Amino acid sequence: MAVASDVPKESFRLSMLIYDTRFRSLTIQVVVLILFALAVAWLLNNTVQNLAIRGKEFNYAFLWQRAGYDIQQQLIPYTNDSTHFRALLVGLLNTLAVAVVGCVLATILGIFVGVMRLSHNWLISRIMTVYVEVFRNVPVLLWILLAYVLLSETTPEPRAFRVTDEMLAAGQAPAARMWLWDTVAVTNRGMNIPAPVFDRPLGTLALGPLTLNLTFLALLAVIAGSIWVNRRLVAAARRQQDETGDRPVTWWKSLLILFVPAIALLAALGFHLETPALKGFNFQGGILVAHSFTALTVALTLYTAAFIAEIVRAGIMAISRGQTEAAYALGLRPGRTMRLVILPQALRVIVPPLISQYLNLTKNTSLGIAVSYLDLRGTLGGITLNQTGRELECMLLMMLIYLSISLIISGVMNIYNRSVQLKAR
Amino acid sequence: MESKTPSFVRGQMLPPQPPPTRESGVVKWLHENLFSSWLNGILTVVGLIILALIIKSALPWWLNGVWHASSLGECREIIAASAGEGATGACWAVIRERWHQFIFGFYPPALWWRPILAFGLLFVAIGPVLYAGQKRVLTYMIGGAFLGLLITLWLASAPAMVFVGLVVLLGGLAALAQTRPGALLWFTAAFPALCFLLLWGGSFWTPVMAMAGFAILAVVARLLAGRVGAPVAVGLGIVVAVIWWLYVSGPVAGTIGSVLPLGLEPVKSDQFGGFLLAIVIGVTAISCSLPVGILLALGRQSNMFIVKSLSVGFIEFIRGVPLITLLFTASLLLQYFLPPNTQFDIILRVIILVTFFAAAYLAEVIRGGLAALPRGQYEAADALGLDYWQAQRLIIMPQALKVSIPGIVSTFIGLFKDTTLVAFVGLMDPLKGVTQIVRADINWKGIYWEPYIYVGAIFFLICFGMSRYSMYLERKLKTDHR
Repeated sequence: MAVASDVPKESFRLSMLIYDTRFRSLTIQVVVLILFALAVAWLLNNTVQNLAIRGKEFNYAFLWQRAGYDIQQQLIPYTNDSTHFRALLVGLLNTLAVAVVGCVLATILGIFVGVMRLSHNWLISRIMTVYVEVFRNVPVLLWILLAYVLLSETTPEPRAFRVTDEMLAAGQAPAARMWLWDTVAVTNRGMNIPAPVFDRPLGTLALGPLTLNLTFLALLAVIAGSIWVNRRLVAAARRQQDETGDRPVTWWKSLLILFVPAIALLAALGFHLETPALKGFNFQGGILVAHSFTALTVALTLYTAAFIAEIVRAGIMAISRGQTEAAYALGLRPGRTMRLVILPQALRVIVPPLISQYLNLTKNTSLGIAVSYLDLRGTLGGITLNQTGRELECMLLMMLIYLSISLIISGVMNIYNRSVQLKAR
Repeated sequence: MESKTPSFVRGQMLPPQPPPTRESGVVKWLHENLFSSWLNGILTVVGLIILALIIKSALPWWLNGVWHASSLGECREIIAASAGEGATGACWAVIRERWHQFIFGFYPPALWWRPILAFGLLFVAIGPVLYAGQKRVLTYMIGGAFLGLLITLWLASAPAMVFVGLVVLLGGLAALAQTRPGALLWFTAAFPALCFLLLWGGSFWTPVMAMAGFAILAVVARLLAGRVGAPVAVGLGIVVAVIWWLYVSGPVAGTIGSVLPLGLEPVKSDQFGGFLLAIVIGVTAISCSLPVGILLALGRQSNMFIVKSLSVGFIEFIRGVPLITLLFTASLLLQYFLPPNTQFDIILRVIILVTFFAAAYLAEVIRGGLAALPRGQYEAADALGLDYWQAQRLIIMPQALKVSIPGIVSTFIGLFKDTTLVAFVGLMDPLKGVTQIVRADINWKGIYWEPYIYVGAIFFLICFGMSRYSMYLERKLKTDHR
């Protein structure tokens, strides 16, 4: 009997590159790679030619030149004598400031609105629906522009706050009043809020280019220390509860541990609030918050919160009704059911889309251009770019920084997401 | 013992009692929906107070609205005269005087019929895609577009020739819808060229020659397919078409144009503005980004390492940077990346970048839809002997796209809202560009609520309509019985 012979050896034909599934994917990949390499080479060649025509060269030396422009809102020391790189850092911090404040506020507001939209209260759920639909379906740019215009064109001038002796004698009130027990003044130039001041500050420590504010660090260290001690206290109480069944009373100890050291430190440093006051033609003292910052933050918060509310609502609705009923059967009240049973489970559904909302908010901070907020795009991609004429370098660096911020946020949030994810059996 | 009829059994039925007042009618509704608990009662009261405050400040403003005035000062005088000193009121006169800039930008008023016609024909062109083969719906759509166009074109006082052309074109299409509805897709295919011609004007032959490139591609691919196989033939066809577009079509169009000068009055890109600009960018980017997004999603799901990493790199890069930086790339950097002395239109550059931006987001949405499909669907397609593209076209994509409809539509809504950002590269979007021009006018200086409300309301209507349509589509396409 004939034994099955070897598979007849096929000679390789060119058409096998396309029609044979063993080679096809290889062919396609080689073709794609060649096309990609050609495209990149073409772009690079064009760029080199264009740079040569304009007499420019590609380098980042300009970052160390004097910037020569002022930035209204600076979280680190900066003058117009600083370098462009310093301006970039100031802009980056301004971007992050809006992003962080916006994300925190939008989360709080979004969760509130999302839960309220599911409320059995007819009126409240309707109001929240209107809020969500109106803010989601109108461009965020409109909210930014509107907030800025309202803040800067409808607020009074500083001199409207003036109280003169004649007015006191005639019993007249000034045209405008400060808010919150005379601590906050909103004028058309900005918002004056009280500033924290230390009479006996600890000074600063210079570490190369980095300057550390020791007062701030000490405060941070004390707060972190008290939180750590409090955790130990609560853990000890829980251990005792597990062993004996009695839980010792800890609330007043917790309060003491959490607040007394910080308050003592503040008192030792001579902490007090410096309220703004009208001197001459403008308010002096306190901190001047630019309207561009407020408008950008408020608008982004309101806009993103509408999206977060929808995410929260969808997450809560994804939890099966049985969970609520089981919680009610155990005797939990509706508030506790939400806090202890529904929300922890809903978080798993909520977190991934929430991450992308945070990313969107962070990227949308670049809309500060509409209100001349000097964020990363305003400094590096705006004034620095225009002054030095280095479009290529500035734009590439700016994109790289935004890309890194996005990747870092999504990386961190993905780690968190993994920690709250359902541990599968 | 004899049993008696127990005395407590009632022989006669009582008439039914009405339910207690607490459990019926308005009181029950109020109790259940507004005051079911203390907390709910407080919430209701707080909500009512907020509503009352809003109404108290906004209602007089609405009611005192002035439509006929030539400046903000005049508006205020009229309001003060009619409603008393210190009264607030809306000055809608600014919208009445400037509405056309919000809609058309600086597009010449005598030519308004062209964008209107293009917009109306857009619906005729989408019809065959959305409702393939449904004669009735297609005929209704064509009829509706005809009526709408008739009225708006008459309002825009279009030349008489346009009406004749409209009757001939739509009449022919309606007849086609009755006899061979499939052939309407040819109108859809030709629509981009027609739309370009209507909006930008210029020589009739430029868009025709551009479309001829596609015809050349098809002819070359079909002729060579028998000899060298379909993939190679398509590749060669693309090469020939690109050569045609780059080197041949321009001179040919010029030659024919000099012999037979047909065309419309050209309109420059910087005359575009307002919602016309937003819709041109939005619609083009939406229709181009869907195929690109599908390809990117497939690339990301692919087993081929190089294709996959290129797709992932592209998607993550685009999603990681703000749209503004991409728009600045369009306006500042493209001059570095393209061959020296290349001029090309800013609107076109913006459309390309916005398309890439939306495509990256769409790719992620569609990837979610692909991931939601059970593996069995892929295996069943393989078992039937379908090749990759057949399986994608017939089995995978219809299901994956259906699952991702909500995400796709919200990406589209986001894209349409993001068209306002083109203001930052010098284009005149309705929100910042036009409003700034209006607010800079000496007559309307200091006005802010009215233009923003007007623009916001139009955006709201379009975006809200889109999201409602997606919910309708989702319900209609839902075939599972959960």
